[in-house]
Amino acid sequence: MKIQYCDALVIGGGLAGLRTAVATQEKGLSTIVLSLVPVKRSHSAAAQGGMQASLANSVMGKGDNEDVHFADTVKGSDWGCDQEVARMFVTTAPKAIRELAGWGVPWSRVKRGERSVVINTERTTITEADDAHGLITARDFGGTKKWRTCFTSDATGHTMLFGVANQALKDDVDIRERKELLSLIHKDGRCYGAVVRDLIDGELEAYIAKATNIATGGWGRVYRTTTNAVICEGTGQAAVLETGLGTLGNPEAVQFHPTPIVPSGILLTEGCRGDGGVLRDVDGYRFMPDYEPEKKDLASRDVVSRRMMEHIRKGKGVKSIFGDHLWLDISILGREHIEKNLRDVQEISMTFNGIDPADEGPKGWMPVRPAQHYSMGGVRTKPTGESPDLSGLFSCGEAACWDMHGFNRLGGNSVAETVVSGMIVGNYMADYCLENEIDIDTATIEAFVEKEEQNIREIMSRPLNDDSIFDIKRRMQEIMDDKVGIFRNGEELQEAVDELRELLERSRKVGIRYVTHASNPELVEAYRLPKMLKIAISIAYSALLRTESRGAHYREDYLKRDDANWLKRTLVRWSDPEATLPEVFYEELDIMKMEIPPAFRGYGRKGMTIEHPLSAERQAEVDRIREELEANGADRFEIQDALMPFDLPENYKEKNERQGIGYA
Amino acid sequence: MPDTAQNKGRMLTFEILQYNPSDPQSKPHMVTYHLEETLGMTLFVALNMIREKFEPDLAFDFVCRAGICGSCGMMVNGKPLLACRTLTKNYPDGVLRLMPMPSFKLIKDLSVVTGQWMDGMSKRVESWIHSKEEVDLTKLEKRIEPEVADATFELDRCIECGICVSSCATALMRPDFVGAVGLNRVARFDVDPHDERTAEDFYELVGDDSGIFGCMTLLGCEDNCPKNLPLQEKIAYMRRKLANVKDTGGGLEIRVEG
Ligand SMILES: Cc1cc2nc3c(=O)[nH]c(=O)nc-3n(C[C@H](O)[C@H](O)[C@H](O)COP(=O)(O)OP(=O)(O)OC[C@H]3O[C@@H](n4cnc5c(N)ncnc54)[C@H](O)[C@@H]3O)c2cc1C
Ligand code: SF4
Ligand code: FES
Repeated sequence: MKIQYCDALVIGGGLAGLRTAVATQEKGLSTIVLSLVPVKRSHSAAAQGGMQASLANSVMGKGDNEDVHFADTVKGSDWGCDQEVARMFVTTAPKAIRELAGWGVPWSRVKRGERSVVINTERTTITEADDAHGLITARDFGGTKKWRTCFTSDATGHTMLFGVANQALKDDVDIRERKELLSLIHKDGRCYGAVVRDLIDGELEAYIAKATNIATGGWGRVYRTTTNAVICEGTGQAAVLETGLGTLGNPEAVQFHPTPIVPSGILLTEGCRGDGGVLRDVDGYRFMPDYEPEKKDLASRDVVSRRMMEHIRKGKGVKSIFGDHLWLDISILGREHIEKNLRDVQEISMTFNGIDPADEGPKGWMPVRPAQHYSMGGVRTKPTGESPDLSGLFSCGEAACWDMHGFNRLGGNSVAETVVSGMIVGNYMADYCLENEIDIDTATIEAFVEKEEQNIREIMSRPLNDDSIFDIKRRMQEIMDDKVGIFRNGEELQEAVDELRELLERSRKVGIRYVTHASNPELVEAYRLPKMLKIAISIAYSALLRTESRGAHYREDYLKRDDANWLKRTLVRWSDPEATLPEVFYEELDIMKMEIPPAFRGYGRKGMTIEHPLSAERQAEVDRIREELEANGADRFEIQDALMPFDLPENYKEKNERQGIGYA
Repeated sequence: MPDTAQNKGRMLTFEILQYNPSDPQSKPHMVTYHLEETLGMTLFVALNMIREKFEPDLAFDFVCRAGICGSCGMMVNGKPLLACRTLTKNYPDGVLRLMPMPSFKLIKDLSVVTGQWMDGMSKRVESWIHSKEEVDLTKLEKRIEPEVADATFELDRCIECGICVSSCATALMRPDFVGAVGLNRVARFDVDPHDERTAEDFYELVGDDSGIFGCMTLLGCEDNCPKNLPLQEKIAYMRRKLANVKDTGGGLEIRVEG
């Protein structure tokens, strides 16, 4: 048996994993990163539109700061987020982007003087200040009060990922590709590393570490139509479930992006609408202002996606053999803007659909329809990133439910979360490594490896039946698309749960045609499938139990956000490995600790909330504290601290400088 | 909508190299499959159908399937391309011959090791910012001229797909050649004002025949680069700049035009 020892083990080499690894390695800890693919090919590379950080450099961002970013994030989450974590996040985001700039990410910069932009389909001139020249600029995104999303054209994830990966190479982090986490090794409530399979030679190895981080990204591929890469299968989160101890938070909180292109599902960034593009229907009519007079095409993603589907249901969609769709029109932005700032969008549209979106009029319109995009849910952690259930187990990035997104994530807040959580969680993880020794015996390690060996032997020894892995997988994805999608109801969710459970049973019996260990994609599909099904069941079952609508979770049979009964986080645990359903329980969100108690989001339907009695009470308290402190001349930081104190490692809690106003 | 309707239903022929170097019994051989073309079919769609229908253990690599991550380079009728961006309708006779990219270690069938190769390249050219400045994260970021940031971004768009390496005669003959991808990377850090390295520093890294002087200007790299990077122009520019270092024996402040 091969055993590898290190201090910090990071599973996943996307933005979150790599930034964590830099944090632990720079604290002198030996760090190993494992990834299914070369790390620079992780799905972070596909992020297009940008990263939110309240720098307030551009004239359209003036007045922005941590407080405004915080309020946008909380409203976006439909009050489902952990506000303390959201505070940690907004305070660190400006530091994260400045760090990345120093690592060479070529952020687009403010150019002094006049420039022409499109706002609300009107061409308008804005004037950038002299003293902002050369600082990082930002674009508009959905659900934000200010232009806050920093970018490198529409290849932001790519440049960020290369910047962080290069830093990890510089620091000599030990990065190993084509390695797959199969299961976590744990004993007496502590995680000691992982059983890992080499995807080239098929060998199993044990990686033993003081602390282990799950940074394996989203689980979008349990759906059929998704913007996610083919490796986003949730196997990391499933490994946590399979410990029987670790929990997932809010799996039912799944985001659907308004504008993936039809039929491939490849994303066209929100930057299209942020920069002034609009949605149109079969008549070429711009319909969003009718539904959302204030934020129009730029309400939060859950709202826009639902409005689009509502409009399609009214018969206003464009018919095609791939189903009804709507149009995304960016031609109004002009060719020059598109070829500079929306270049990947243009390339995708031309390559896959033969449409040049810079062509004027209907010729340039791109067919779009909402599809699965992001998992707000994931491995439940404390604000430090550590699992509340297994010590020494950490998680960050899209894989985690750290919980700054609640039931809807704002565009640009995810890549920002990856690096910010990498900085914060990486630091807490390093502290854990410095305080704890490895004290696990080889017999325990061997038992965990043997269990996985046994599982693979068992799969290879199954007789072929008339079932097929590919059929089961496709059926799972169809069920998720059809019954656990944008509009949900009790009846269909129940059907989904029932059938997914049957699929899980089938997946445990299906045989494979090739029985070699080395480089065998069929075997890989076979052992991943039950893991994916456990994720799918967790999503569908949690969605069935949550009898309210909040953020992206929309129940046609329970239309209201029910703060009185549902201001709580779903937790899912799978203690019986033979079971086909997990246990579901809940964690209350404490209104009396919130900085912003639940209220109307400012977009979406009004009057659709069942209020919690404490919301008004806490609001009165918040108002009183604010008034008193203001009367005593307290600044915004002191008021914030009085309302909801929070901690950060390093110097991350220090104030952020802004052009023209210093540290105010 | 896509203009592929007229091609729907055509029978396509795929000839695919199959070989597993880790299996002593395996010999490289071509296997032929037939598939009915679907609307807007890419090689991503086609290869997955072949795996599902005929060959469950056929090895190939896709991640983003959108031309963004650089995973899926392969030889299509002799030309290295990103398979996920390759539409079958662009092959009028309906025959696609698929081989793994040369110059990289073969894992199996169409899957090759590009990641470690690229990490080696990155380490050799020290593909990270070299700066003595301590960045204080609480302070305003360093100001950069907008045009310079854009110029850096332009060269930062490389996705390390390896297609330039597979298009390059020098790379085939000299496995230690850093390739257009490595030389472009040097040019990228050269324009980035955050990086303090001088021409002499870059000369140290790539000033030899496995670096900047290895390029024979055959242009295959630039012709095939899926990101349309200006590889020849940048290589020529860096060559002039580094040749100057050689001529003057290094150690001098050098001005170059270009
Ligand atoms: C098309 C698209 C566009 C987007 N655009 C934006 C945007 O503009 N702004 C924004 O803020 N967000 C955007 N997002 C979201 C954002 O990109 C992701 O949420 C974020 O990049 C996830 O980063 P990560 O590090 O958590 O995971 P990833 O980058 O997905 O990395 C996961 C890593 O885990 C590894 N891994 C997975 N499973 C295993 C396993 N079992 N064993 C070993 N390794 C494993 C993978 O190899 C990979 O290295 C976009 C998402 C998509 C899909
Ligand atoms: S330079 Fe072009 S061809 Fe070469 S690796 Fe980069 S993107 Fe690919
Ligand atoms: S799969 Fe990402 S470039 Fe082809």
